[in-house]
Amino acid sequence: MEIRDVGKAYSRYRSEWHRVASWFLPVKPSQQTWILRHINFTVRPGEALGIVGQNGAGKSTLLKMITGTLAATHGQIDTRGRIAAILELGMGFNPEFSGRHNARYTASLMGFDAEQIDAMMPRVEAFAEIGDYFDKPVRTYSSGMQMRVAFAVATAERPDILIVDEALSVGDSYFQHKSYDRIREFQAQGTSLLLVSHDPSLVQGLCDRAVLLEKGAIIKDGPPGDVMDYYNALIAEKENSKVEVRTTEEGRSQTISGTGEARISEVGLYNQQEQPIEYVRVDEEVELRARVTVNTALPSLVFGYLIKDRLGQHVYGTNTWHQEQVINDARQGELIDYTVKFPVKLGPGSYSISLSVHADDSHVSANYHWWDHAVVFDVVNERHPYFIGVCHLPTTITAQRHTL
Amino acid sequence: MLGLLRGIWSYRQFIIDSIRNDFANRFARSRFGFIWMVAQPLAMVLVYALILSEILAARLPGIENQYAYAIYLSAGFLAWTLFFELLTRTLTLFIDNANLIKKMRFPRIALPIIVMGTGMINNAILLVAILGVFAVLGHTGGSELLWILPMMLLTASLALGFGLILGVLNVFIRDVGQFVTIVLQFWFWLTPIVYPLVIVPDEYRYLLEYNPLFPIVNAYQNILVYGQSPDVVSLLPAVLLALCLLVAGLLLFRKASPEMTDAL
Repeated sequence: MEIRDVGKAYSRYRSEWHRVASWFLPVKPSQQTWILRHINFTVRPGEALGIVGQNGAGKSTLLKMITGTLAATHGQIDTRGRIAAILELGMGFNPEFSGRHNARYTASLMGFDAEQIDAMMPRVEAFAEIGDYFDKPVRTYSSGMQMRVAFAVATAERPDILIVDEALSVGDSYFQHKSYDRIREFQAQGTSLLLVSHDPSLVQGLCDRAVLLEKGAIIKDGPPGDVMDYYNALIAEKENSKVEVRTTEEGRSQTISGTGEARISEVGLYNQQEQPIEYVRVDEEVELRARVTVNTALPSLVFGYLIKDRLGQHVYGTNTWHQEQVINDARQGELIDYTVKFPVKLGPGSYSISLSVHADDSHVSANYHWWDHAVVFDVVNERHPYFIGVCHLPTTITAQRHTL
Repeated sequence: MLGLLRGIWSYRQFIIDSIRNDFANRFARSRFGFIWMVAQPLAMVLVYALILSEILAARLPGIENQYAYAIYLSAGFLAWTLFFELLTRTLTLFIDNANLIKKMRFPRIALPIIVMGTGMINNAILLVAILGVFAVLGHTGGSELLWILPMMLLTASLALGFGLILGVLNVFIRDVGQFVTIVLQFWFWLTPIVYPLVIVPDEYRYLLEYNPLFPIVNAYQNILVYGQSPDVVSLLPAVLLALCLLVAGLLLFRKASPEMTDAL
C-alpha cells in the first residue's frame, strides 16, 4: 500500500448551488480547509503500522480515505488486494434478526457472494463462540456478544489490508486475546495492518512502525516506542515547553521535553556495592539515583519513574505523588537527590527507565522535565532456573503422582 | 458505466439480501406484516370511495359496475403509490444511509437499486391485493393486464430519475426535501387520480400534457378499469423523460459522489 502526497480539503462555496455548479462548470470554492496535507507513507505486506495522534489530528479521515469511503482531494492512494476495516463493529446490525442473519448480511455488504458466505458461516460461528445465541435475535445479545459476532465476520476471510480502529478495546479480555492472536496470524501470512489507537501498549505490542499525526501532517515516523514517547511528550507540551529528540551514543533515540522549572540530571543505576551497573541479575537489589535541580520556586514537585521493556511496554512505574512524598515548598536553586531502591524482579532482556518531574499525579497538567530512556540496562539470569517472560515470579511446582 | 455495472454485479448478494431484509423486518415482530403492507393504500381508497363516490360515480362513463369509482380510484392509486414511495425514499436515501456510506466501502449505486427493488415488490403485492378486491367486486380483466408490468417499470424509472437528482441535491441543500414534499401534494391533485378527466374544464385540459404522470396514470386506468391496452404513443414522452432523468441523475450522482460523503 502506498500513499503519496495525499491531502484532504473540505471546500466551502458561496452557496451550495455554487457547489453543484462546480461539478459541471469551472466554479472555484470560496474557501478550502485542509484537514490533511502531504501525507506520504508505504506499508509493505505483513507490516503493521500504528497511527497515533490527538483527537482532530486527522486519523479517522486518513483511515476513511484508505478504506475508500472518502475521496482524497489531492495525491494518490494505491492499495493492492482486499481491504477490511474494523471501524465500527456491529454497525448496521438489525436487532430483530439473528446473529447468523446479520453475519450473512454483513458479509454481503463486504462484497461476498452467496457461495462464499455459505462457506464462511461455520467459521464465523466457531470463532464467535456464543453458542445457541447465534440463532437468536441480536436484541437479546450483550454488547460483548454483538462485538464477537461482528469481529468474527469482519475477519472471516484474511484481508490483504486490515484497518483496526479503537473499536477493538471493547469486549471481554478472553476475546480480546483471541482477536489479537487472529490479527497476528493474519500479519504473519502477509496482511498489512493499520492500527489507530491511543493505547501505547497496543501500538507497541502489535506494530512494527508508527506515524504520529498532528494538525493534519505526519510529524514523526519511526519505531513505535520512539513515536509513542514523542506523542506522550507532545500531550504534555505547554506553550513554553519544547520537545527534543536526541540520539544517544548507542544509537537509541531519546525524547526529552518539559517546561524547565526543574531539571533531572546525574542519573544512574547502582548495585549494592555502590557501583554503576548496566547488567543486572534477576532479583538483584538496585538503586536508581537522580538529581533534580529546581530552577524556579515550585508549590508542588513530584518525581516519577517508569520501567519499559524492549518493545516499550510499561513494566512498572510510580511517582512520589502516589508514594505521598510530594515536595510542596521547593525553593529556587535547591538540589534534591532521589534514590529509588527496588529488587529487579524482571525477566531477562533489555529495559529502559524514563524519568520525569511534574506537579501532580501525572505529567499531563504541568510537565517540568520528561526524559525517556534515561537509563538503559539488561537483565541476565544467572542464578535461577530458566524462565521466560517479562517478570520474575518465584515459583514452587508440586506434582502429586497417583498410584496406578 | 462498465465499472458501475460491475459494482452492481459483485454486490448482487448485498442487494438481494437488503431487499429480503426489508420484508423480513416487517414480519419480524408483527403478526400481520403482510396485511399492513397493503392496508394503508387500500384504506385510502376506501376513504375516498366512501366520501366521493356519490358525487363522482355518475361522472365515470363506459363502466357498468356499481363500484366503478372504487375501481377507478384503485387504478390511479396503484400508479401514484409506486411513484410516491420511490420518489420520497430516494429523496432521503443518502441521508438515511449516511452512516453506512461513511463507514463502509461498497458501490453506492446499490442503494437506489435496493429502493427500486423493494418499491416494485411492494407495488406488485398491492397489485395482487387490488386484483383480488376487483374479483370480489365482480370486475375481472384479461390479457391486457400484462401491460401493468412495463407500466410499473416506467413509473419506477421516472420516480427514480427524479428521486436520484433530488436525492443528491438534498444531501447538500436540505430544503430540497421539504420543498419536494409540498410539490408532491399538489402533484397528486393535479393528476386525475381521485377525479375523472371529464370534470377538468376544457380550457385547462392542455395543462395536463405537461404532467408526465398523467399519461401513465391514464394508462393504468385504461388497463385496470376499461380493460384496454394503453396508447403507446401517448406514453413516449414519459419514456423519453424517464430515460433523460435517469442519465442526468447518474451523471449528477457520479459527479457528486466524492463530496457527498464529506457533506453527510
